[in-house]
Amino acid sequence: MRREIPLIITGVVGFTYIIQFFIPHWPFNIMEHMLTDWMLIIFAFAIWLGVLNLMKVSLDRISKRTKDWPYALVTILGFLFIVIAGFFFSGGRRFLDPGTPFDYIYQFIYTPLSATMFAMLAFYVASASYRAFRARTKEATLLLLAAFFVMLGRVPVGDAMTSFLPESVRLSKFADWIMNYPQTAGQRAIMIGIALGIVSTSLRLILGIERSHLGSD
Amino acid sequence: MNVSAFCAVPEDPSYGAPAPPTDLVVRDVPNDAGGAIILHWDPSVDDVEGNDKFIGYEILRSTSPDSGFKVIGTATAGSTELTDNQTVDGKKYYYIVRSLMGSSIAEAWPVGPVSSSQQWFNLGRINSFIALLILSTAILWYIHRARRGDTLFIRKIAGLEAVDEAVGRATEMGKAIYYIPGTQDMDNVQTIAGVTILGRVAKLTAQYETPLDVPVSRSLVMITAREIVKEAYLNAGRPDAYNDSMVHYLTDDQFGYAAAIDGMVVREKPATIFYMGAFYAESLILAETGNSVGAIQIAGTAMPAQLPFFIAACDYTLIGEELFAASAYLSKEPKLLGSLKGQDFGKLCILGIIIIGSIIQTFGIFDFTSIFTVQ
Repeated sequence: MRREIPLIITGVVGFTYIIQFFIPHWPFNIMEHMLTDWMLIIFAFAIWLGVLNLMKVSLDRISKRTKDWPYALVTILGFLFIVIAGFFFSGGRRFLDPGTPFDYIYQFIYTPLSATMFAMLAFYVASASYRAFRARTKEATLLLLAAFFVMLGRVPVGDAMTSFLPESVRLSKFADWIMNYPQTAGQRAIMIGIALGIVSTSLRLILGIERSHLGSD
Repeated sequence: MNVSAFCAVPEDPSYGAPAPPTDLVVRDVPNDAGGAIILHWDPSVDDVEGNDKFIGYEILRSTSPDSGFKVIGTATAGSTELTDNQTVDGKKYYYIVRSLMGSSIAEAWPVGPVSSSQQWFNLGRINSFIALLILSTAILWYIHRARRGDTLFIRKIAGLEAVDEAVGRATEMGKAIYYIPGTQDMDNVQTIAGVTILGRVAKLTAQYETPLDVPVSRSLVMITAREIVKEAYLNAGRPDAYNDSMVHYLTDDQFGYAAAIDGMVVREKPATIFYMGAFYAESLILAETGNSVGAIQIAGTAMPAQLPFFIAACDYTLIGEELFAASAYLSKEPKLLGSLKGQDFGKLCILGIIIIGSIIQTFGIFDFTSIFTVQ
């Protein structure tokens, strides 16, 4: 039964979602919202499972003094710091108001740390591009040339270098052509494949053909 | 239900009376869940650009053609349509639309009766319905053929062929394998596809006694992944080697999750890292860090914007549909392989439609793209 019940629920919910897309009549018209609400409630409760697991794993590491256990200590202290500040020193339900300790932590610790991680992407893009654009094969050479023309076409110097040509064949137009035609065609081909893959996987899940995600009996 | 006459009520002589809107048509909103009537009219002749005195239109509604009209909405100058979303299905309504110019008004005769109703089928989505039917039938047909024992050819997928090699490498080096199932929850089909591959990887790590670490960013993914890993270890005859801390939660936060994994990768230097599921901007942060420690990396995602990053930073990448094919490919189960052939049939149909559509559009025979409009 441990497999059958989730399979039945998956089938019923899956078919309900499909039916409500095509039938606007009551009761199908309210089902999407209802199921989405249920899902959000489940997600909200499930957060506690994650938090408790994080605490348990971190405490285990500290108590067993495993390798790099101080990081686990930082995790627990950070968690307690924001939870205590939010629950007890930020005005109860008004904890999101500007000026509360919780808001201060969010604005001046959490947001800059997130922004720092995101900003690091710029350096990673540079290093990944360097490797990807090495002209070792025919395909990599094509990629390198396409990237070279697109990047040059996106800056004023690209047009300046080709200013002697008619406007319709200048570098910026060529870059636009690469982006609008070969790039879009490739992207769409991938997206068609993805869409078909999603339909096929969904059908396998709804019909109970795909069961490996349900774990043990 | 067209307007046949109008009456003008000049109240401000300095402006004069505006002309009313004409050809008012009222009808039930098609393909909806009821409770709505749409009104369409041709603009007043005074509703022209540059006429600043013309304010707009007022819409009045009543259940009787002779009396009881109340304003239910307004429309700005230039508008020709308004939807009344406050109707009771089955009840008959009459509408008046009137022009406003200064404090002068002019209204057309009432139009009606009209009532709203719920529809049993959204005809605006009939094209999607037909496509779904064709694709589902093809998938089910090929599943049936596979069950019957027909041999189905499936091309080699390099990224999936490399799974054994990647696990073997980690075993030889005596280092851990990291499995990252993306940053989305179990309601995302990519996450489901990602965790199904985890079962295969976990079975190999159980056989080879290779350490496996699955840090996740969603609680429900943690529970599902634990069940899958536990079953894999059980099937491999090594339930003793399994423990719950193999699959552990980090954080729901996108960059917090990326930072935590980066830290673990830099400190532990795993031999192999799998990225299977839905990823956003963290994809390159994770993959480049893995690359910097020399890990063999296999990625799979259906996020088109992240694919170039994975291709650049990883050794193997499952591109879009290959991620969804992985479960069938690895298990070799006929039922699952049959569904892949059904997908291929879908691709063949789309290819045919693209060729036919290109010809029809190029020669201007008719607007072929309008067939694919979904309401």
